[in-house]
Amino acid sequence: MSQLLQNTLYLLTPKLSVYRDGLALRIEQDRQLKLSLPIHNCESLLVFGPDIYVSPAAMRLCWENGASVCYFTEWGRLEARVEGIPQGSVHLRRIQHAAASDLVRTAEIARSFIAGKIHNTRWLLNRSARDAAETADAGALRSVSDILIRLLRQLPATADTDAARGIEGQAAALHFEVFGKHLRPQVRQKFPVDGRNRRPPRDTVNCVLSFLYALLRHDCVSALTATGLDPFVGYLHADRSGRESLALDLMEEFRPWAERQAITLLNRGELGSKDFAFREGGAVELTEAARKTLVGTYQTRKREETAHPLFKEKVRYGQLPFIQARVLARALREKTEYIPHLFT
Amino acid sequence: MFLLITYDVSMTDEKAGARRLRRVAKACTSYGTRVQKSVFEMQLGQTEWVALRARLLDEIDPARDSLRVYFIDQTSKTRIEHFGAGRPANLVEDTLAL
Repeated sequence: MSQLLQNTLYLLTPKLSVYRDGLALRIEQDRQLKLSLPIHNCESLLVFGPDIYVSPAAMRLCWENGASVCYFTEWGRLEARVEGIPQGSVHLRRIQHAAASDLVRTAEIARSFIAGKIHNTRWLLNRSARDAAETADAGALRSVSDILIRLLRQLPATADTDAARGIEGQAAALHFEVFGKHLRPQVRQKFPVDGRNRRPPRDTVNCVLSFLYALLRHDCVSALTATGLDPFVGYLHADRSGRESLALDLMEEFRPWAERQAITLLNRGELGSKDFAFREGGAVELTEAARKTLVGTYQTRKREETAHPLFKEKVRYGQLPFIQARVLARALREKTEYIPHLFT
Repeated sequence: MFLLITYDVSMTDEKAGARRLRRVAKACTSYGTRVQKSVFEMQLGQTEWVALRARLLDEIDPARDSLRVYFIDQTSKTRIEHFGAGRPANLVEDTLAL
């Protein structure tokens, strides 16, 4: 089934039930039909919160048709994923694992992911700098963008993966130092940002980012699994049990795209103080309404079209992780350089 | 491809007619969205269409029932207007968040 004909189903309201009806998923609330979704139109089913029932028959229908069922906490942390046994080729996985044991090759691929991330972070910075109302903010954003280009130039000369990771860390730290400057002055006053923090996020901006990253991470895992790669064995991210390192690698180049969405939502006032719950101990959580807003924006952005720089073809943003997963598989097979997606 | 499927299933022979009607409807709900009682819209790939077509032709009684399929191209698809109750979801273009 073509990617273009598939959609992601997000279930965010407690007490929903999902049943199987023929070859379709039937979503009910209080025994009332809310939606009937044929399985061939469903790429994955994302369940938020513990109070949503997915029947065993519905789950089976999903895995038989290559759709995954993923369970998230209310604030977007992935807790479980149900999917069929992957059909991907063992041969590709062997190549992937062999490359991960080869220190030189690992460093090469890790550098590509980092280059993609830094380039795309600059894309984000320059865009915000253009739109900034105050020249001081624009200047701060531009100066980070200029340092990033220097880091980008240092990257090919790095000795090994650790040195490359060091550059990535510097770039990320610099970006988060000025992250608040992406926001309009009045928005920034209401939602101050102080670097990146998580588990749990301790300010509203980080809270929004965490949720969007979770959606993105899920899409990267799906894309890699569909391509036949092992999402757990990565290059930039070292092996850690239970961590989808390759998905995190692939995600790096798309992070600025998700960050852009968070910035736009906050700047336009589509997310306000009422959308967040402040817990004791400093954790910040999203309300159900806010999660719906975020999912809505994310899905809309996935449907927007862009010209692919490499293939000179119109693609949807939502297809990009799938395209990049295939680009990666090819680079691994042919032992060539991985070319990340560069936003323009 | 985007399809519109409509059908008439004859109910003169009540029991057999009801059975065919039920089974045709089930086949259609498996692949698309019910937009009116016996009208379905669906967004299919080639594989799904081949399977659904075979299934529908298997169910209907060609002497009594009729089945019409409209193949709608992408530009005409955006020119569908809906008035009144029961606006169906667009399963591919809408954000499916409940």
